[in-house]
Amino acid sequence: MRKHTIAVIVNDQPGVLQRVSGLFGRRGFNIESITVGQSEEKGLSRMVIVTTSDDKMLDQMSKQLYKLIDVIKVDDISSNPMVARELALIKVTALPERRPEIMGIVDTFRAAVVDIGTESMMVQAVGDTDKIDAMIELMQPYGIVELSRTGVTAMVRGNIK
Amino acid sequence: MSSGQATMRSKEELREKWMKPDVITGSEILLRSLLLEGVDCVFGYPGGAVLFIYDAMHGFTDFNHLLTRHEQGAIHAADGYARATGKPGVCIATSGPGATNLVTGIATAYMDSVPLVVITGNVAQQFIGTDAFQEADITGITMPITKHSYLVRDAADLPRIIHEAFHIANTGRKGPVLIDIPKDVSAQKTTFVPALEPVVIRGYDAPAEPNGEAITAMIQAIQEAERPVILAGGGVVYSGAHNELLEFVTKTNIPVTTTLLGLGGFPSGNELWMGMPGMHGTYTANMAIQNSDLLINIGARFDDRVTMKLEAFAQQAKVIHIDIDPAEIGKNVPTDIGIHGDIKVVLTAVNQAAKPATKAEAWRSLIQANKRDYPLSYEDSEVELKPQWVIEMIHETTNGEAIVSTDVGQHQMWAAQYYKFNQPRSWITSGGLGTMGFGFPSAIGAQMAHPERLVVSINGDGGMQMCAQELAICAINNIPVKVVIINNQVLGMVRQWQEIIYDNRYSHIDLAGSPDFVKLAEAYGVKGFRATNKEEASRAWQEALNTPGPAVVEFVVRKGENVFPMVKAGDSISQMIMGDA
Ligand SMILES: Cc1ncc(C[n+]2csc(CCOP(=O)(O)OP(=O)(O)O)c2C)c(N)n1
Repeated sequence: MRKHTIAVIVNDQPGVLQRVSGLFGRRGFNIESITVGQSEEKGLSRMVIVTTSDDKMLDQMSKQLYKLIDVIKVDDISSNPMVARELALIKVTALPERRPEIMGIVDTFRAAVVDIGTESMMVQAVGDTDKIDAMIELMQPYGIVELSRTGVTAMVRGNIK
Repeated sequence: MSSGQATMRSKEELREKWMKPDVITGSEILLRSLLLEGVDCVFGYPGGAVLFIYDAMHGFTDFNHLLTRHEQGAIHAADGYARATGKPGVCIATSGPGATNLVTGIATAYMDSVPLVVITGNVAQQFIGTDAFQEADITGITMPITKHSYLVRDAADLPRIIHEAFHIANTGRKGPVLIDIPKDVSAQKTTFVPALEPVVIRGYDAPAEPNGEAITAMIQAIQEAERPVILAGGGVVYSGAHNELLEFVTKTNIPVTTTLLGLGGFPSGNELWMGMPGMHGTYTANMAIQNSDLLINIGARFDDRVTMKLEAFAQQAKVIHIDIDPAEIGKNVPTDIGIHGDIKVVLTAVNQAAKPATKAEAWRSLIQANKRDYPLSYEDSEVELKPQWVIEMIHETTNGEAIVSTDVGQHQMWAAQYYKFNQPRSWITSGGLGTMGFGFPSAIGAQMAHPERLVVSINGDGGMQMCAQELAICAINNIPVKVVIINNQVLGMVRQWQEIIYDNRYSHIDLAGSPDFVKLAEAYGVKGFRATNKEEASRAWQEALNTPGPAVVEFVVRKGENVFPMVKAGDSISQMIMGDA
């Protein structure tokens, strides 16, 4: 069992996310994260699905996805060098005296403070999953009030498509 | 048959009549588009959300519409029509309860790869999502059991959607396609622009030419095999490849077993045919699979009723799998050579190079010996009627040429075992989902498709009561289906499991309270007969055959009879319980 990142190009149709996620659910495939958004072509969306599976399951996943009429292309992009990123917004308790400390962590991670309240700060972090995990871990001691992660979006490096 | 039978017009005539670019309603667009797809028969049931469609059908005679008595009857009839013809079956139901009544039938067709175009009405778009009266999210409900579905938002899209739906339903791995039409769309007026161009759907392509290297490897494997076996499934029938399969078997001399859905895809009289494999398969077929060194799967999906315990299935065999659905290759059984393609196309290519499996002489003799020594058998009785005997009698009196549909249960397995099929599309049964209530209405669909053929519907006394109401449409439309009820007074197959697996603990299988089936038939205006011994059985059956219209024959059979051979769930297919004969 390994982690795989799969890019799925789909027709921009109502219900297409339901078709894809439903397929994963009923066939017993795991979804760690799923993101959807516009692709480079009008009328097509790109879904990026992070999943844990063995080779046989991965093969089934791709073949079953292709059976959906709205699915146009399925790519296991993790088989190539890729860039994978997610975004997290973390709201931490931050009384004025703790702020410098928190800022230190934010700077080290090249994250950004995007909002400050009287007793809290909102931090935005962008990076691969490991980086976001580490960032969250470091924020934990200050008291995370709210956390929102987008899930991974990804692309293969270089000129190939 | 039906006096109101539609007179089929040629496509040209229809185009002439219908193709004027009128401004018409979505409902009329729907009807014209169906005609363009060559539809001659639709099964349906009206209701609020489809009243514009039914209004457009008022006085409409270009195709038959059969009003069933339950939506489940309509969809199984459409399914039977599709299985008997290879053309998509069409059915219409209203929103909400009408649509949800179709769910079992859609799932049945999906599991067996049967092409259907299912049209449902929905509430007007402004009400969608408000829990309006008779609203159900039928596209959402049926997503896991349809090949594709559409929610139509604009009547102008209807011609394209219907054209695509028929294409999707009946190409590649076939299956049901749902078209959900909100009421305002079926009322909306717009200019009708017929969709006549070939369908192009991005990312949905016909399978490419079969892989030549894989075919070469297959030919090579046949040359080397000492114990080769062919496992042929429904894919052979669906792709119309029965002649190609026969040619392949004749050229290679490899013994062949046909799955439940593959019955009729290969002539049962051929000496290389071993019968059906699996849970109620023959000794010869199961032992051949288990001991094979080469297993060639042609259009079967390695269903668990065939493989039984997977880890113990055909362990010494090199596995070749030919399938139109690439996802089936390697799904259940690891495959050494996978060939993705339409069975007919692949076998045509294979047949050009196929040579006899010369190393398999001893194997063939062993199989012939097994066929001789372990035939299907049962202990006959002169006192009680035996269900197997009834099936044999039906086979003999129809020369094996009837279209036979069955319901689900013991009678289904006996029909599969004792009625010998020689032609494709003569056997209609719910394999994948195993749907009780399917048998009788599917026979109605088959009879609508083939008014000239003899259609025999074989049912249990349990399943017959799940769609018996459709006797009305046989009577009203004079649909001459011969309905057989194998009455053992219990839910037979459940009784068998409770006897063998649950230690004779019979729980809730007694069908006491069943109607008098002869009177039930008569209540609907259909001739009814009953038989309790061989002599009565022959006579009643002959009378039913001589009846010009529909007829019901109830055969009261021995209550405790079981289907053998049998493999228990969890066992391997070589662990067969052979029975008492
Ligand atoms: C809709 C549905 N409900 C339940 C079952 C489970 N089931 C399979 S066979 C069977 C018994 C069928 O009894 P009957 O129709 O009398 O046929 P027999 O087995 O006696 O020939 C049942 C209940 C089913 N297949 N389908």
